[in-house]
Amino acid sequence: MAAWFCVALPAAAKVEVVGFADPAMEALYQQMIRELRCLVCQNQNLADSNADLAKDLRRKTRELVEDGKSRSEVVDYMVSRYGEFVLYRPRFTAATAFLWMSPLVLSLILIWWVLRWRRRATAAPTGYSEDDLKRARALLEESGDNGDRQPPGSAG
Amino acid sequence: MNRYVLPLAMFAGLAALLWKGLDLDSQKLPSTLIDKPAPAFTLDRLNDPGAEFGPGDMAGRVWLLNVWASWCVACRQEHPVITSLSKEIDIVGLNYKDKRGDAQNWLARWGDPYLLSAFDGNGDVGIDYGVYGVPETFVIDRTGHIRYKHVGPVSETDAMEILLPVIRQLREGVN
Repeated sequence: MAAWFCVALPAAAKVEVVGFADPAMEALYQQMIRELRCLVCQNQNLADSNADLAKDLRRKTRELVEDGKSRSEVVDYMVSRYGEFVLYRPRFTAATAFLWMSPLVLSLILIWWVLRWRRRATAAPTGYSEDDLKRARALLEESGDNGDRQPPGSAG
Repeated sequence: MNRYVLPLAMFAGLAALLWKGLDLDSQKLPSTLIDKPAPAFTLDRLNDPGAEFGPGDMAGRVWLLNVWASWCVACRQEHPVITSLSKEIDIVGLNYKDKRGDAQNWLARWGDPYLLSAFDGNGDVGIDYGVYGVPETFVIDRTGHIRYKHVGPVSETDAMEILLPVIRQLREGVN
């Protein structure tokens, strides 16, 4: 009993407790009031908002869900009245394509850029001719150093 | 030289977006109802609970639907403008989420510019009209289509420069 209170009270403090006979409806209702924006206090969803309009829209959402409406039917109902802005999860349309695609496009551009940068770094010309390199190798052999450079003072 | 082009282009793009953002008013939402038929409803009249009103009653006329409430401060602000507009055009009030007694007192005290007010006590009709802030004013044409929506109090400038020209145009147009 005590545990039940701990869980239920924070939710009941703001949003009316609604009882659904069907747990699937309850889940849809809870999902919808989190996905729909309160248009008065524009940075809150219906679940978080105490505005009068949010209360009315929660009531509407509950009625629609109890009538057996699907998620997309609830979304259509709200969008036809309040516009796309009511959705926190915008639909994929011509207008929102840029929004949805930009993370993918930006990632691809970034990957392309990194790959190009790395290819360039490895293939970058050193500015020394083949003769210069030959002479350098000869000098290294002369001094007994085979090219494995070691920090001064280390054993080896 | 080439290495500066990309960052500069990115900066210019971002600056252009932010510059545009300065002019956008995020509180003003475009109505989805423009050029759509005004949603039908049947409500009791505020001053005559036995009689009903629906948008169909106004067919053939250009009219305004003004959403108001006695608890709405901005409605007081626009009240004189609505009153002078009512000499030019029929205005129907949609009394939104109000108490009948409060609303009637409000009209008695400040004057009643409305042809009639429909009483939307629980705000259901408001939801159908996408009302998210009171006051809101819809211009509806002869065929019952919504042609313009004003959100917030109508100022004298709004009335003279926006609403009246729209109304005039709708009256002249062969709809």
